[in-house]
Amino acid sequence: MIERVCIIGAGTIGSLLAGHLGGVCEVSVLTRRPEHAAMLRERGLRVSGKHELRAPVFATADAAELPEFDVGIFACKALDLEQSAARLAGRAPGAAMMTVQNGLGAEAVVARHGAWPIISAVTFMSGIRHDDTHVEYELDTATWLGPWAQTATPYALVEELASLMISAGLEAEPMPDLLPAQWSKLIFNSAINTVAAMTGLPHVALFAQEEEFGDLGRLVHGLIDEGVAVAGAAGVRLHDDPWEMNVLAVARGETGHSDYAHRPSMLEDVLAERATEVEFITGALVREAERLGVAVPLSTAMYRLVRAREASWGLRDGAEAAAVVS
Amino acid sequence: MRVCVVGCGAVGSLFAAHLATLEDVEVWAYDVVEEHVAAINAGGLRLTGQADVLAPVRARTDPREIPPCQFGIVATKSMFTAAAIEATAQIFVDGAVCSVQNGVGNEELIAEHVPRVIRGTTFPAGRVVAPGVVQMDTAGDTWIGPFEDRPATRAEIERLADAMTRGGMPTKALADARGAQWTKLIFNAASNPLGALTGLTQGRLCELPATRALISGLVREGVAVAAALGITLDSDPDALVDHSARVAYDHRASMLQDALAHRPTEIDALNGGIVRFGAEQGVPTPLNEAIVALIVGMERAWTSQPPAMSE
Repeated sequence: MIERVCIIGAGTIGSLLAGHLGGVCEVSVLTRRPEHAAMLRERGLRVSGKHELRAPVFATADAAELPEFDVGIFACKALDLEQSAARLAGRAPGAAMMTVQNGLGAEAVVARHGAWPIISAVTFMSGIRHDDTHVEYELDTATWLGPWAQTATPYALVEELASLMISAGLEAEPMPDLLPAQWSKLIFNSAINTVAAMTGLPHVALFAQEEEFGDLGRLVHGLIDEGVAVAGAAGVRLHDDPWEMNVLAVARGETGHSDYAHRPSMLEDVLAERATEVEFITGALVREAERLGVAVPLSTAMYRLVRAREASWGLRDGAEAAAVVS
Repeated sequence: MRVCVVGCGAVGSLFAAHLATLEDVEVWAYDVVEEHVAAINAGGLRLTGQADVLAPVRARTDPREIPPCQFGIVATKSMFTAAAIEATAQIFVDGAVCSVQNGVGNEELIAEHVPRVIRGTTFPAGRVVAPGVVQMDTAGDTWIGPFEDRPATRAEIERLADAMTRGGMPTKALADARGAQWTKLIFNAASNPLGALTGLTQGRLCELPATRALISGLVREGVAVAAALGITLDSDPDALVDHSARVAYDHRASMLQDALAHRPTEIDALNGGIVRFGAEQGVPTPLNEAIVALIVGMERAWTSQPPAMSE
């Protein structure tokens, strides 16, 4: 029985998970900043938007203070995963761990720090983090989860966690093999995030417009076609057609309206001049393509552009970005 | 001889002022910026920086006040070519009109309105620092030759090149000016938009392996299109990129300046031109098309946000 869940990282996704699950089970939260943990202990967590919830949570910035838990969910950004997983090394021996990071490779990072059974997940929900204790539930789209093939994760556990999430008001779907869904999202994310980051556009209807030369949808479609070719070479049958995901996303009420359109996280990162997750998303895709011998010139170009933009703020110099052959 | 400069901004002013130093050339200018036109008429057109010139130019915002001219020099930004030549067409009823603009496709637009056209490429650059005053930042050569579809005569081209050169703007008259134009086009299209997209200066763009590789990819597509068109390039655009990194390390490409100020860019005449000519020739240009989509997308993003301060 899953009765105790630990959320590692209380950003937007972590806060949405903790705020919902706090209503149906015991939730602890591991934060990076002690003052963040103190605020959560004092005020609990508020969810607004699609749902109005208030959940009491136990929060700490010290992994040694965490109570026992059955499932740990790494909800930090991909860039912080290594550090977060290291904080839990040697702890929670009986627990299973779930990763929800964008891109590829998160499970392997966590597996380096413990022998936990690992659940892979991709999430499509989104929110706006208003402050340390208040998150707005923006898109109530699903989280897909499945056993990671490299650990002996019982599928029954995955189903139980999905049921728990659903009982908490979240959308969740268990899958025996998550790779098809993970790759669908990877391909979708790589195209949408890099194009949004470089143009400054939120995910609006232009992303699906491909009638004329120079239309943004043609570039998005080209990027998606490259990703689909890589998935094919990797032997992955996609769960969803990433182009249809794009068309659906921009047609959906909130994102189709340019005044209230979803800003992909890479655009948020670029606007804030923070390091992006491009290495885990497009970088991972480009490296897979290279390993499999699939040409992905457009994805390579987007990867290089985002890395160069990061370099313009004095972050990382993009030297390794050139090691990728176009 | 009588010359009218169409679009008397930075580049137009360099030509207008230098030509106006000659006793045998009467220089007129058409521009839409009233303050600039008024200042030129009141005190002459002044060049500073790499040049020190004060010359009498007859500037007008109303093209109907400009008499017929034997020569025109179009120096507007490329997105204003069609409107500018349409407004001034009657000045050149029997004239030869030369484009000294960025990119490709300007001569085609000019040829819709005037009898004879000259294809031109120029390297000098500057900026308007005050009404009637232009600072010349870079000196350099200009190449002119016939526009194949509606060519000016060889005599006209040589006469214009001679006047420009005597005025202080060294100009070569060529039988085929496409090589010079495409060399500059490919160079600009490979580096300018990358500056705008990444925020990096010319030197940094060329120094970072990630962007340098991207530049070379864009250059390769442009070179393939030029080859399909039967154009012999003047020099290797890739080498030009490296040269520019050395001589203009801290330079922010004009398109980066446009991006910082949220001004429309010349992407359509640069990478857009490579893509269009590529499509005509059956040469694929996926990277250039991607860059067009990104810059157009970036311009669209500005329209929904307040303009940024220019730096």
